[in-house]
Amino acid sequence: MKFVLLIMGLLTSYSSMAAPPLSFSQVAPGIYLHTSAHHWPDRDNHGEIANIGFIVGERCVAVIDSGGSPQQGAALRNTIRQVTAKPVCYVINTHVHPDHIYGNIAFKEPGVQFVGHHKLARAMATRGDHYLGRAAELLDIQVNHDNIIPPDIEVNDSMTLNIGNRELVLTAHPSAHTDNDLSVYDKTTETIWLADLLFLEHIPVIDGSIKGWLSEIERLEKNHYKLVVPGHGHLVKDWPASLQPQKAYLNSLATEVRAMIKQGKTLEQAVNTVGLPAKKNWQLFEQFHRKNVTIAFAELEWED
Amino acid sequence: MHKPYNAIFLLALMILPAIAVAEGDDITWNTVLKSQFFAGKNIEESNAVIDLDAPYRAEDPAIVPVKVSSKFAQSKDKYIKKIWLFVDKNPFPFVGEFEFFPESGKADLALRVRVNTYSDIRAVAETNDGKFSMTKKFVKASGGCSAPIGADLDEAMKRLGKVKFRLDDGIQSGQPALTQLMISHPNLTGMQMDQMTRFIRKSHFIDQLKVTFNDKPVLNAKIDIAISADPNFRFYFVPDKAGELKAEFTDVSCESPTSRNVCNKGGSYSQSYTVSP
Repeated sequence: MKFVLLIMGLLTSYSSMAAPPLSFSQVAPGIYLHTSAHHWPDRDNHGEIANIGFIVGERCVAVIDSGGSPQQGAALRNTIRQVTAKPVCYVINTHVHPDHIYGNIAFKEPGVQFVGHHKLARAMATRGDHYLGRAAELLDIQVNHDNIIPPDIEVNDSMTLNIGNRELVLTAHPSAHTDNDLSVYDKTTETIWLADLLFLEHIPVIDGSIKGWLSEIERLEKNHYKLVVPGHGHLVKDWPASLQPQKAYLNSLATEVRAMIKQGKTLEQAVNTVGLPAKKNWQLFEQFHRKNVTIAFAELEWED
Repeated sequence: MHKPYNAIFLLALMILPAIAVAEGDDITWNTVLKSQFFAGKNIEESNAVIDLDAPYRAEDPAIVPVKVSSKFAQSKDKYIKKIWLFVDKNPFPFVGEFEFFPESGKADLALRVRVNTYSDIRAVAETNDGKFSMTKKFVKASGGCSAPIGADLDEAMKRLGKVKFRLDDGIQSGQPALTQLMISHPNLTGMQMDQMTRFIRKSHFIDQLKVTFNDKPVLNAKIDIAISADPNFRFYFVPDKAGELKAEFTDVSCESPTSRNVCNKGGSYSQSYTVSP
């Protein structure tokens, strides 16, 4: 028995070495956040570009987004072990994008339930093959279908998880950043984890609905939160002030695209002209802005 | 080996992969597409009949605007009969086969396509003298969180079958007039993870499209899953008098994303638009 334990110890320390702990800060009692710098996902950063973290309750731990690679997922798991002896009971995926879900496999074990928006499984199914097919080439990581884990618990509208004298209120949002955005509100500290419903510094990326996102922004803006965790960008303590740049960007994008549609202009013309002065306000503008114009145009040309 | 050779060899090693990434290749064309669609035909690579426009970088791989421009107006004596479009590296490269007529005015066509990965987009034109010419453009479909699926399937599904025509103001009788045809349809690719069988969703796409003006043909198309959700086409017709521009189309659902052997017919749709030049 001792021998087995020793072997296991060696194995554990080996995997710990392979995945060194991530930098985390405790932003509120029991809430641990790893914030990432803003990068285009590539072979150097392996897609580890999103904010990820976990919340510790009296009974167990809820992971919120597992990371952009299996390695980052393992590093997150190791960090949790250093912070607390309590087991992970939930892995909450805030949406389908690879930088938020590719660490899932590190937490796949009995007792852990995966949680997501009721449209997350479908999004994983329709996009999974495409994401996986390009991961080796674009991100230099090895992933397969085992890495994409659909939710065991699907949130239709709203749901409360209790992790031991600590309630997390999950909200499944209408189509906004994607069609499967889920936010997590920690009642204890009045913290909302908005994930990619909120971008700071990093240009907002539309992969759902610009109209839907703007109406969710209007709604969320009225709420009081002590802390807000964005999917990309620094921790927010001045809600809703920090929301304003994103709101202004999306609003002016919608206004300008609507005007072009009304004038009978084409998608190609819109992509080449709309919103370019906003470049000075955002990182990764060149990588995402024209995609945003494209998606907004394709959506708004059907609104009347 | 002398040092300069080493240097050249190393340089070549460094440059070769860059070249491989920077442009497409004709492998799919030579091994599959040419014999499948143009067996026994002589196809000249040239820009004399049509030009092809596509962005070098596809900002959203689900919606890549592509435009074919003809180099001459359609006339009874000289006209483009057909234009084929392919995205070489898509799982199902065939985008569509578009038939034009002397009455079309001008055989130009703009549309939006899905591009799965770095690929050539290829347009082949057949003129009424039976000659074929081909032109191509290399497109880099972006990576990241992009997928060639479409952002909001449910919205597209809700308004399925809705049709809009858009014409410029001040169209002139007898002159080719540019029109935009917009069809709301999710154009489902049927690409999904089979392991998660609870979400097996077959392809569901528009396969036939016919546009007429006062019952005279303007454009006939056979199209497939590479057409973006909410298919959008810009093309010409000649309004010689007041009349009715009409779009008729059907959709289909196929068992496999990459085979058209087993398909079930879907609905038939029709929409007219009154034109008064």
